[in-house]
Amino acid sequence: MHEMSIAISIVDAVADRVCQEGCTTVSSIELVVGRLSGVEVESLRFCFAAAAADTSAAGAELLIVEREAAGACEDCGAEFPIASYHACCPSCGRFRVRVTSGEELAVKSITIE
Amino acid sequence: MCDTCGCSSGEGAVLRKPGSEGYHVHIGEDAAHQHHHHEHDGGHGHSHGHEHEHREARKVEVEQDVLLKNNLLAERNRGWFEARRVLALNFLSSPGSGKTTLLEKTIPMLAGEWPVAVVEGDQQTTNDAERIHALGVPVIQVNTGTGCHLDALMVQRAIRELDLKGRSLLCIENVGNLVCPAMFDLGEAARVVVISVTEGEDKPLKYPTMFHSADLCILNKTDLLPYVDFDVERCREYAMQVNHHLEWLEVSARSGEGLDRWKAWLTSRLEKI
Repeated sequence: MHEMSIAISIVDAVADRVCQEGCTTVSSIELVVGRLSGVEVESLRFCFAAAAADTSAAGAELLIVEREAAGACEDCGAEFPIASYHACCPSCGRFRVRVTSGEELAVKSITIE
Repeated sequence: MCDTCGCSSGEGAVLRKPGSEGYHVHIGEDAAHQHHHHEHDGGHGHSHGHEHEHREARKVEVEQDVLLKNNLLAERNRGWFEARRVLALNFLSSPGSGKTTLLEKTIPMLAGEWPVAVVEGDQQTTNDAERIHALGVPVIQVNTGTGCHLDALMVQRAIRELDLKGRSLLCIENVGNLVCPAMFDLGEAARVVVISVTEGEDKPLKYPTMFHSADLCILNKTDLLPYVDFDVERCREYAMQVNHHLEWLEVSARSGEGLDRWKAWLTSRLEKI
């Protein structure tokens, strides 16, 4: 259940920024979650509500932007979308894929008042 | 409430030391406390009196990795290890795959050649730390409470309490869990994932994030292979499909089979630090 740690990290990151901006209320948080980031979105939403209580992020809407993952074959160089780390190259059929995107987990923006 | 010192810190991780009755250190997120014969993080509480009137909503670009704080702390740990020439290994597995037994065999194997210290991670009890303490090496137990993984802050606090020698091995035994610890960099030089032949050979496919993030996979309990339906080659193939850079060793910590190759792997790493 590492989503609670993730949710707390989000709230911390947001609170720091809110403080810097001299504001008190956050109405929404835009979060980029890669398909391979290891985060369960529904679980994260649930944890976020609890983690944000009594902070500047309380009640903020979590806008999740899901990113697909992509990989490149280290043998033949082909680039293609992947759904997991267990990925087969559609071009040469080998399992020697380097992940090129989809591991992101970042706060993209916040809307403050 | 903390049942050792009676303070109100019921959340968060606690460090404990075998053989030091009453010793414990609370690892607070932002505030902790200190009593008698144990120390605590100096917490900080600050309040800002913002009187500005901000009525209009505005969007602020943040572009910050959610795990930034952990990753920065992990890099500090990594620099600390490098400066002291400590080889830090993060041991990961599901509960019961034999991580502690492997360490119990590894420590005497290196005795007289390389100093070893251990950080033990478990939700509760100092049982594993007691087993390591019995071997006479420095050990500290991190009890994560409800936490399912170690993080860089816990390791940073734990290593402060250990008398780490230069040119030595630090074994960090993570909480038994093949999911959550994969996300948290501790500052280790390498990740060692342990699986045992009493588990399913499809573990690498079921927990790809963990196997993808590992540097070495140790298949343990090979002495039990005659008694279980475990296809070693298939397991290895699955692991390589998830991470084709993964190194692979087969051992029985109980019988000692394969431990010479494990020692060679460790020694080659230690000689490079």
